[in-house]
Amino acid sequence: MSVNVQNMIKVFERPRSLTDAQFSYCPGCHHGLVARIIAHTIDELGIQDRVIVVGSVGCSVTMYEWFRCDGIQAAHGRASAVATGIKRVNPDLIVFTYQGDGDMAAIGTAESIHAANRGENITVVFINNQVYGMTGGQMAPTTLIGQRATSCPDGRNAQLAGYPIRFAEIIAQLDAPVYVSRQALYDHKRIVAASRAIRKAFQYQIEGKGYSLVEMLANCPTNWRMSPVEANGHLLNEVVKAFPLGDLVDRG
Amino acid sequence: MTGNEAMAEAAIRAGCRAYFGYPITPQNEMLECMAARMPAVGGVFVQAESEVAAINMCYGASAAGVRTMTSSSSPGISLKMEGISYLAGADLPCVVINVARGGPGLGNIAPAQGDYFQATKGGGHGDYHMIVLGPATIAEAIELVMLAFDLTDKYRVPVMVLSDGMMGQMMEPVALPEPIDPTSLPAKPWALTGASGRDPNAITSYALDPRDLKRINTQRQTRYRQIEEKEVRYRETETSDATIVIVAYGTVARIARTAVTVARSQGIKVGLVQPITLWPFPYAPLRALSSQVSTILTVEMSAGQMVEDVRLAVADRAETPFYGELGGVVPTPKDILREVKRNVS
Repeated sequence: MSVNVQNMIKVFERPRSLTDAQFSYCPGCHHGLVARIIAHTIDELGIQDRVIVVGSVGCSVTMYEWFRCDGIQAAHGRASAVATGIKRVNPDLIVFTYQGDGDMAAIGTAESIHAANRGENITVVFINNQVYGMTGGQMAPTTLIGQRATSCPDGRNAQLAGYPIRFAEIIAQLDAPVYVSRQALYDHKRIVAASRAIRKAFQYQIEGKGYSLVEMLANCPTNWRMSPVEANGHLLNEVVKAFPLGDLVDRG
Repeated sequence: MTGNEAMAEAAIRAGCRAYFGYPITPQNEMLECMAARMPAVGGVFVQAESEVAAINMCYGASAAGVRTMTSSSSPGISLKMEGISYLAGADLPCVVINVARGGPGLGNIAPAQGDYFQATKGGGHGDYHMIVLGPATIAEAIELVMLAFDLTDKYRVPVMVLSDGMMGQMMEPVALPEPIDPTSLPAKPWALTGASGRDPNAITSYALDPRDLKRINTQRQTRYRQIEEKEVRYRETETSDATIVIVAYGTVARIARTAVTVARSQGIKVGLVQPITLWPFPYAPLRALSSQVSTILTVEMSAGQMVEDVRLAVADRAETPFYGELGGVVPTPKDILREVKRNVS
């Protein structure tokens, strides 16, 4: 059967806010999905020429190369402080940070909490995959009890290493944030819900409402030593028990 | 006005419109002055949760193209070192004022010069330099803060004004320069302003491929060589007939100036070299003097840091004794005169 390409209608394409550069993520990883959701949101909201991407340290370190937007690479943990500096001097810009669990909830705890507490009018996308990905799978502040990582080879022991930090809940108990939500990406329904949360977080910033945090429960098949399908099952069956999904704050 | 207030006011007059800081003695008046003044000029003031956060806010604000400053004192400057390395690695302008105090550790809040190595030789990681300016009076501090903003923008290298608790706290009558309109400053086409009608800009210190990082670092080193060539500043006093020369910067240079006057009145042929740029250091004038004088005496409020640069310049062409006070103790003109007399033959 021959196909007449000229008569075909394009119903799905690469978001215009993404460059042609290839993501450096492993197969089956959720990072790429989140980047795509953000880019799609930027397209829909028509803000590509106002967005500043604040990348962090981790697997997303070269994020500024993937977006057709101005971008900056922040020191480990400091993205929310860097975003504060940018947004304060130029409030017309739409500033988002993209931070992992180590970045956000370990080394950057102070910067992350205080940017939220000041109610900086920024959007924070927080990728919680319960592991330090780029450095090879060490224990993160979000690693589940009993979960093995290279720096807790017998599994996380609460007596030695404490419990997984529910960072969205910490942020949600502050007075300033306008939107705090935890989402996941293990199936289509969840991806649609996560996309809606990201859109709302950007929309609130455009409207000048204040600080938003969207925590994404993501997989890391490589460091979890699982296939992508197994990893998604693990998220659905185990991870969401420790990190309940849904909106925690919506003052929009 | 106090040195701290004068330096804050000078920054605003230099067109600084973003200041991020954290309380620490003896520089608190600068933070407080900025809190009061920035809103009046339409600038940004944020009291950060730490010095680490403050320097990273500077990183963001500078990337967005605004003249940006932070200030602190020695222990706080240590915390800023990570951010300073990133600023240097991303070629971002920023002015950092250190109102230095006694160290190491918590030390005390008295004036000291123990941060010279940290300021001039790195402090943070990687091959980088800050331009380091050492004022000796409040009038000089005003002048050097204004200069710091011009140099940091011109070379895209962070600039440190290295003062101390004495400079920060003392009061002197000053003449303030005319304010610069920030909108009249040269455009920064590299800044993050939104990729509208142009290709996206990226600010980063990251280059995974060693060949890329080598190229970027080599370009930066070329800029450092230009700075060494063009921006060395120092002040020579009474050196033309001197047989002994004192080298001192900052507060100590001010005290040494009095010692020189007293020594001259007693017939001692002593001169003074005050390095104003601590990096780039005035090696060449000291090298030239070293063939003329028998002794070059370095005086610092440290165990001997700048003296290493003096000895690099002088080599074995002259004697290079050192006199230092530690722990926040400030030498008097009499102390310096005693050291001069001990070293004149």
